[in-house]
Amino acid sequence: MIKSELIQRISTNNPHLYHRDVERIVNVIFDEIVDALARGDRVELRGFGAFTVKHRAARQGRNPRTGASVSVSEKFVPFFKTGKELRDKLNDVAVPKPPRVSSKSAKPAASSP
Amino acid sequence: MGGKTLTRADLAEAVVQKVGLPRNESQELVELVLDQISGRLADGEAVKLSSFGSFGIRQKGQRVGRNPKTGKEVPITPRRVLVFRPSNIMKDRINAGLSRTRGKTPAE
Repeated sequence: MIKSELIQRISTNNPHLYHRDVERIVNVIFDEIVDALARGDRVELRGFGAFTVKHRAARQGRNPRTGASVSVSEKFVPFFKTGKELRDKLNDVAVPKPPRVSSKSAKPAASSP
Repeated sequence: MGGKTLTRADLAEAVVQKVGLPRNESQELVELVLDQISGRLADGEAVKLSSFGSFGIRQKGQRVGRNPKTGKEVPITPRRVLVFRPSNIMKDRINAGLSRTRGKTPAE
């Protein structure tokens, strides 16, 4: 699902809202999360997960092709930790529905839990 | 890290302020957005939100773990895990915001 499909689904669920308002609502929600992280705040959505920012110190890295050492400056990386409820939701249905995402080592679904 | 923790209520409040919807309806919409995303992911479908990031599912096979307290070996059952990959836009906005306010002091 991509953002436009998400907006479409929410529009369908809320026929009284204009499509462009639903678009704004969805954008406001995700912008708010990014703005919070950019302030150094964390965003905790119980049952869904939590967004936090991790600090990565500057380090001496290497260009793997040439072996030349390059300095990597400090940076902040956003991190998402899945909430318990969502984690459980993913695994309750894991048996009947194998994931459709194409990932490298697609392991065949387990026969029983 | 420095700041406070935002919750659903803060996201709903942003919808109230910026879109002008009533508070209870804003809360329902925040919930609906999260439910839709969770629902797709539970179906094994990836969710890609441009300028934010993408949520994907990884299938993990069985492996042997260890109870860190007792040191006993325990099998870890096969499972599906959620991975979030932030977009470059998100990473840039966060780095722009934090390196400006934080300077060189390593944050904890």
